[in-house]
Parts: sequence; structure tokens; C-alpha cells
Amino acid sequence: MWLIRVNMNDLTSRVEPLPDAYKHLGGRGMTSTIVAKEVPPLCHPLGPNNKLVFAPGIVTGTPAPTSARVSAGAKSPLTGGIKESNGGSSWAADLADMQVRALVVEGQAKKNGKFRGLHLVWDAAAGQPKVEFFDASEHAGKDLFEAFPKIYAKFGDKISISGCGIAGEYGYGNAGIVYNDPAKRPTRYSGRGGLGSVMGSKGLKFIVLSREGSPGVPITDEALFDQGRKKMIDALRTHAVTKPKGALNTYGTAVLINILNEAGGLPTRNFSSGRFEGAAKTAGEAIFEGNKQRLGKELYNHACSPGCIIQCSNTWHNPDGTEAASCVEYESDWALGANCGIDSLDDIATMVKLCNGYGLDTIETGATIGVVMEAGVIPFGDSQGAINLIHEMGKGTPLGRILGGGTAFAGKAYGMTRVPAVKGQGMPAYEPRAVKGIGITYATSTMGADHTAGYTIAPEILGVSGKQDPLTPEGKAALSRGFQAATAFIDTSGHCLFIAFAVLDIASGLEGMVEECNGVLGTQWTTADIGRVGADVLQTERAFNEAAGLGKETDRIPEFMLTEPLPPHNQVFDVSDEALDSVYAEL
Amino acid sequence: MRLRVKLFAYLTRYRDNLSSGTPCEVDLPEGATLADLLRALQVPDEEVKMAFVNGLAQPEDWQLKDGDEVGIFPPIAGG
Repeated sequence: MWLIRVNMNDLTSRVEPLPDAYKHLGGRGMTSTIVAKEVPPLCHPLGPNNKLVFAPGIVTGTPAPTSARVSAGAKSPLTGGIKESNGGSSWAADLADMQVRALVVEGQAKKNGKFRGLHLVWDAAAGQPKVEFFDASEHAGKDLFEAFPKIYAKFGDKISISGCGIAGEYGYGNAGIVYNDPAKRPTRYSGRGGLGSVMGSKGLKFIVLSREGSPGVPITDEALFDQGRKKMIDALRTHAVTKPKGALNTYGTAVLINILNEAGGLPTRNFSSGRFEGAAKTAGEAIFEGNKQRLGKELYNHACSPGCIIQCSNTWHNPDGTEAASCVEYESDWALGANCGIDSLDDIATMVKLCNGYGLDTIETGATIGVVMEAGVIPFGDSQGAINLIHEMGKGTPLGRILGGGTAFAGKAYGMTRVPAVKGQGMPAYEPRAVKGIGITYATSTMGADHTAGYTIAPEILGVSGKQDPLTPEGKAALSRGFQAATAFIDTSGHCLFIAFAVLDIASGLEGMVEECNGVLGTQWTTADIGRVGADVLQTERAFNEAAGLGKETDRIPEFMLTEPLPPHNQVFDVSDEALDSVYAEL
Repeated sequence: MRLRVKLFAYLTRYRDNLSSGTPCEVDLPEGATLADLLRALQVPDEEVKMAFVNGLAQPEDWQLKDGDEVGIFPPIAGG
């Protein structure tokens, strides 16, 4: 197993055996450990002392279902704290197959307008991976939909690609890291936290993996691994939301639009209401029905990455049946829809595709546009105006650069007070005033406002893993803490977070996840260790953030949410500071 | 009493020509519960995961009143 260091100062690389101290780490556990150990907390995120770390999860690259996930980590240009942003792609599985447990990009190439690419191949003679550099300057300033086919043409069809778009070249706080999807499109993202700009700041444009000949992931105990894998498959195939032709496979993640709207927790027009009158027109059901009408047949969703049996990724089609965009996720649909007062799926899909092409995070983009709509730059509901604003970001105009700085940055530029962000990161698609537990996660997560960091929506809205009243703050600090720790484990395991919907309800699935990890690593973990292993990751991240100046004073929800009641339930965010502080004090 | 009822996702198959989230009016005797409503709609219990009355999730024995807005969901998830 290998740890690869790439030094962009002098364009050299070293392939090192994985240090013993890292042998039980993967995914988020690996990236956060390396960032915390090696990156000075006070460094400039776009300077030479930041490091960009990629790590596949523990079971990534194995036959474990729904596990082709990669963590990207660094100090975030958006939050100023530690960042782990998770993506699903063949790129993750290919990195794991090459037995690379961590890829660390260090230093910074001289700023001379040139961009480099890395090409990782398996060196059969040496029995280890090898790094080659290539000149990627021709792709600078280009749409990713234009660049990706050229990369495939250069290196062949069997590769996987990660990279940054124009947004990352400009150094935006809103710039994701892109990965290929199964149809070779640049549509899968480690979207959040500006990691695309960390990549761009190093003069690095693409990382191409040619896995041919690579040995695959070694498994210490095959029988135990298989036992765990079967339990996981059973759980995913039987749970109502993850099974084939279940809710996720049929309607995609945007099936959530209607239920959040019904619960009064769908942030609308820059978090001024919890209900959007156009919700049903933009929901997952409307995507399914619209596709059926335009294609003349039912279309079920596809996998974002190899080995996924949930298959929740949709494709929206134009009236003539041609492809408009893939994938219109719930968060993107909401950010560029309800949050901007826009109810046209065609326009939302156009914006999703633009974000994917420019290398922008759809959540940050929609949250930012919502703020400047309220500032009067364009009116709410003006989808053509919103499309134009995304083009401004792509062109790098002065307005585009303000918007590219993200929700909090744009809010400051326009003197706004209703700015939905925590630690500088724009809020996702759940209203903290209507769903208190997720507000606690937004406030306290080491990542800034991040729903995936502790998805209390499961019991608060969906009735998964029990049912809890979303409007009460009682008991929610503990709920968020438990979800944050369990999530850190899942992000380390290499499974997609969506396996949680099944394994939180089906105990044997949870056992299966731990047995898969034990099978790969030779560890003796039990389900009781999930919280402990996850908490270790959180403590590491928390210590980095405190040293970076993000202490508990930054674990707060924006003031307007404490004072402005949110329709329809007319609730404020009534969680005490003591409760917020207890999330990590009692971890 | 008269209720405004919305069915979501694949629960719409229990009502002809009703699209997800479009309200329909249902008349029930005073004192009816959510369980009575599901029976009247012929929506099987086991297919219902969450039912909201005026934006708040309620159990099946919840007593409805005239003018209530009800949203009924099968098991769903996303993120």
C-alpha cells in the first residue's frame, strides 16, 4: 500500500510505503489526519503551504456495494478550516485499485500561466504506481465539457479523471473538484469548500488514472469481508428507499423537495420562507414524470460510480428527448430552484450543467445567487438572470469574482444581513428554524454549514432511524453529535453516506459495514467502535480548526435566524449556545 | 368535514389522474383519524411512512378536523 507525494514546486514525486500509523485509515480519516499533521493551520489556503490530499475509503475498490468514494481534503479557502469533501466516481475505485491509500499534492508550481496534469500508471516491473507529469495548459480557461473528451482522447477510454474547472483557476471560494461519471461526463464533484481552488493554486489541472495492470485492494480476511458484503447488499436491496425501483432509484435525491416543503423546512427565496409554491414542479416526481413524457418511457436512475446498487443519479431531458443535464440532485435543484424562487426544471438543469462545466459547487452557487437576488442584483424568479450570473462567474468578471467568493463573501459585498452561512460556507437545503437538529449540525460541524456532516433529517423529517419532532431543540445536540461521529466513520469506510438510510434501520447492515472494514484491514472493530472511530476523526478536525482560529465562537447560526420567525411554523432557531457548545464538549 | 389531501411519490397510484403533490378534496365524517383517511383513500398502511397535518408529522390515530391539509408520503430519502 502506497502514499504518493507530489511536489509541485519542482514537479517531482515520491512513492512511499504507507506508514504504519496510517494503515487503519481511509477516506476522511486519512485526509483529515494528514492535513492536521502536515498543514500549518494558519497558512493561506491558496499558498504553497497548504496540501491537497486524496484518499479512497477503506473498502473502496473492493466488491463492497456502493463504495466507490474518495475524500478530498485540505485547508478550505471558503471556511478557513479543515475540509473533507466526498465524491463518487470510478476515479476513487481506480486510485484504490492502484493501492494508493493517499495522494498528497504539495507546494506550488511557478505562476506562469501554465497548468500541469498528473498521470498515474501502474509500473508492473517495479510493482508500484508511478507518477508522470504532462502539460495541461491547453485546457486552462476551457469548459470541462470541452476538456474531458480531449483528456480521454489523449490517454484512452480506460482512464478516470479528477480536476478543477475555471472556478479553481480563478481561486474562488466556490470551486469544486470534478470527477468523471460513468458516461465520461465531468459531473461528479467533491463540491464543497473551494478545494478546486486549492488544486488550481498549485498549478494542477487534472489527475488522470490509468489503472490497467494494477493489483486491486488486498483483503486480509476474505470470508469475513464476504459475510459483511452480503449483509450490506441485503440491507440495501430490501430497504424501501435504497432498493431497486425504490424512492432513490425512481425519483432521485430530489424526491426530498416535496417532503421538506410539506414540513415547512424548504428554504425559499434566500431563507425567507420554509415553503415554495413551485416545489411540486421541481420535485423528483416531476423529474420522473417529465422524463416519461419527453422520452415516451419510464427512466430509472443510474449509478454515479461502479458498484453502486442504490443508483440514485438522474438525467433530465429536453423536450426533444436529448440530454439536458445529469445529475439534478436535490441540493442543486433546491439551491438553483426554490432558494432563488425559480420553478422551471429546464432552467435549473441549464444552471446545473453550467456549474459542472465551470467547476462550481451548485449549493454554494445557489446560496450565493439567493443572497444577491435579495440584494436586488436580479429579482427572485429571474432564471435567465441567474444563468447570466453563473456565466459572469465563468468569465471572471468583477461581478463574477464577487459571486465566486461564495455566499458570505457576496453577502458582505452587498451589505446584506440575511446571509445563510456558517464558517463562511453557504447553507444547504434544510431550514435550521424548521429542523433544529440539522441547524445544530450546520453550526457545529467542522466543515461549516454541511448537511452531510450529521444528517439528522433522517429521524426529524424522514422517519428513518426513529421519529423526532423537527421543531423541538430538546435532545438535538446529542442527536447531532451521534450522527456527526457515525458519519465520520462512514466517510472513512468508503461507503456512500446513503447506505446509512438502510443500515440505520437494519442492524445486520450496520454489522456488515464493520465486517467489511475488518475483512479488509484485519481489525477487530465492532459496531460499538463506530462512534469512537468517528469521534477520533472529529477531534482531529476540531483541533485543526481551533488552531486555525475557528473555535466554539464560530459554532453559531446567523443572527437573523435567531430573531426572524420563519413561515409557516413561525419558528426561530431556539437552540441555546450551551447546547451548541455541548456537541463537541461532550464528544 | 372536508380535507385537502396530497399524495406523494408512488402513492399517487391509489388515486386516478392525480399527480404528486396536487391537492384533492376528501369528505369524511367528523372525528375521523388519519387511519380512517388512509382507509377511505384505499392506501395500504404499510406503504405510508410519514403523514403531515398542516405541516406537522402526526401518528395514525391523529384526529382530523375540517379544513386540515394532509400530505402523505411513502418511505423516501435523499440528501
